[in-house]
Amino acid sequence: MPKHEFILFKNMMQPGYAGSLQEYERAGGYQALHKFIGKVPPAEVTMAVMKSGLRGRGGAGFPTGVKWGFLPKDYQGPRYLCCNADESEPGTFKDRQLMERDPHQLLEGIVLTCYAIGAESAYIYIRGELILAAKILEQAIEDARAAGYIGANILGTGITANVWVHRGAGAYICGEETALLESLEGKRGLPRFKPPFPATHGLYNKPTVVNNVETLANIPHILGRGPEWFASIGSPPKSTGTRVFCVSGHVKRPGNYEMPMGISFRELIYEVAGGMRSDKPLKAFIPGGASAPFLTPDHLDVKLDFESVAAAGSMLGSGGVTVMEEGTPMVWAALRLMEFFYHESCGKCSPCREGSSWLVQTMRRIVAKRGQMEDLETLVDLCKNIEGRTVCAFGDAAVAPIMSTLKYWRSEYVTLIQEAEAANLIKLEPAGAKR
Amino acid sequence: MKLSEKYRDEIADILGRYPVRRSALIPLLYLAQREEGFVSEAAMKEIAGLLRLTPPQVYETATFYTMINLKRVGKFHLQVCKSLMCALAGSDTVIGWVKTKLGIGPGETTSDGLFTLSAVECLAACGTAPMMQVNEDYYERLTEDTFDRILVDLKRDGTCSLKSGPFMWPEPANAVRRET
Ligand SMILES: Cc1cc2nc3c(=O)[nH]c(=O)nc-3n(C[C@H](O)[C@H](O)[C@H](O)COP(=O)(O)O)c2cc1C
Ligand code: FES
Repeated sequence: MPKHEFILFKNMMQPGYAGSLQEYERAGGYQALHKFIGKVPPAEVTMAVMKSGLRGRGGAGFPTGVKWGFLPKDYQGPRYLCCNADESEPGTFKDRQLMERDPHQLLEGIVLTCYAIGAESAYIYIRGELILAAKILEQAIEDARAAGYIGANILGTGITANVWVHRGAGAYICGEETALLESLEGKRGLPRFKPPFPATHGLYNKPTVVNNVETLANIPHILGRGPEWFASIGSPPKSTGTRVFCVSGHVKRPGNYEMPMGISFRELIYEVAGGMRSDKPLKAFIPGGASAPFLTPDHLDVKLDFESVAAAGSMLGSGGVTVMEEGTPMVWAALRLMEFFYHESCGKCSPCREGSSWLVQTMRRIVAKRGQMEDLETLVDLCKNIEGRTVCAFGDAAVAPIMSTLKYWRSEYVTLIQEAEAANLIKLEPAGAKR
Repeated sequence: MKLSEKYRDEIADILGRYPVRRSALIPLLYLAQREEGFVSEAAMKEIAGLLRLTPPQVYETATFYTMINLKRVGKFHLQVCKSLMCALAGSDTVIGWVKTKLGIGPGETTSDGLFTLSAVECLAACGTAPMMQVNEDYYERLTEDTFDRILVDLKRDGTCSLKSGPFMWPEPANAVRRET
């Protein structure tokens, strides 16, 4: 592993750094705000972010500057920024660290983004369980307001940007950007049909940008050090910068690791995260959160950038890498994730609402050794009828665990079913009946 | 006492954050829950009045979110994460400890009303699994020893010093804990 520079973790890796305003300022924080706000035209800020190649860290990887550029230029009414801090994708735990350890880095990014897009209000939509993070952010906002970085007339420029923390209340779907907007409006978190997109019809039907915590935390660095610098890091031109990879599962040192994009899974798992926790070899890994299809040891040399993981048939998603050792039952693993998706399906679209229920029941039957061979076709059929037929990308995510484990470990499904059939024969033979 | 009397300033502050009143709904449901431990129908009606909504509109939202309790829960709400990443690290064993030590399964409350167990989905602590949330606090990298200590401390003191502080894992060298 070549040595590399930390961007987002740089401050918090300093011994004793606890993320207060004074510490952040001493580390060079809020310099980008001083340099840009009211001095560089907003359109140039957006242009710089475009040039940096920054892509969204929330899951979809959409180019951030391009997204900002979609806001209507001539619109007179209010615009909004929503910071997506819902962090509910199983396997993902990075935004929590970014918020709790260096809250001002995120706040500086939020204020700069507000300036670029012309928003006077920003809401940090944070998942309800992260109560400590919400408290730390509230305190940081208060401190930044007192220092003139947030509020009306920022640093005497006449520019206004207010920031509020809004706690969610336990619903994975509210991480989906339009469900987030519904939830923030006080409604059930049901995704909206797109188009229209939030850029024109977002919060309260006003032009809105939704960006992930990690995306926004990069902004002060991009502006402070220049887009060319940022664009030279990682795996340019399409995957620039670092990512915070969340490594979980059967490794020696699970945790958050900020790495330049483009390192391989082999490096991440065996060097950075210390390798497998026991002498059992690696069997499978999920490369980008629960929504990303499973991969196998054959994919260890795939690079962790958007294009490479997509080419391998999965996605970089939220950056959550979950490692499973030999001996992990794959049908059981897929069922665990399927139970998550079943529980979290919001109920708006029939294919997902009904299909996820059928999928869970079928999977439970197979794992409990009560399955039959036809169940495998049923699973595929159900998945095909969910995929691409829902308002949001949840439906596609929900079928990923089953489809990918069926692809690589079909024999484990078959074995469970054969055992079920054998047991059935023994049970039923005396009665002479077939099940 | 009515929420609107007891928390007049706090409610005004919440309403002041949003250009549209309905956005204050979840924050107000939380306020009601803080007061009573759950959200009663009376509280929902009062909130509806405050936000100029109908009670069904409030109910519709309240029933969507798992963190809004519509029934009373135990004094300590043990929420053990059971999603895959925690399961790989032994979360089913943790649920087993609750069963043997407290005699309750998911969805149940001890007869003294102290503990309720819920098996919940991923709480963004997968690298420090297995884990549980108890009321506002996270407890991570659980072992049977720490689990026992948490139960004892909770019963005795209402809290436990093993709760997580500002999250960073792996921990940086010379880490300090900031109290909040
Ligand atoms: C079901 C579902 C859940 C999502 N959950 C999250 C989440 O927890 N956090 C997040 O930042 N993005 C999440 N997203 C992605 C958002 O819809 C959106 O793309 C993202 O917030 C945009 O920000 P970015 O461009 O900075 O990545 C989710 C998407 C879907 C379909
Ligand atoms: S899977 Fe348990 S915290 Fe993520």
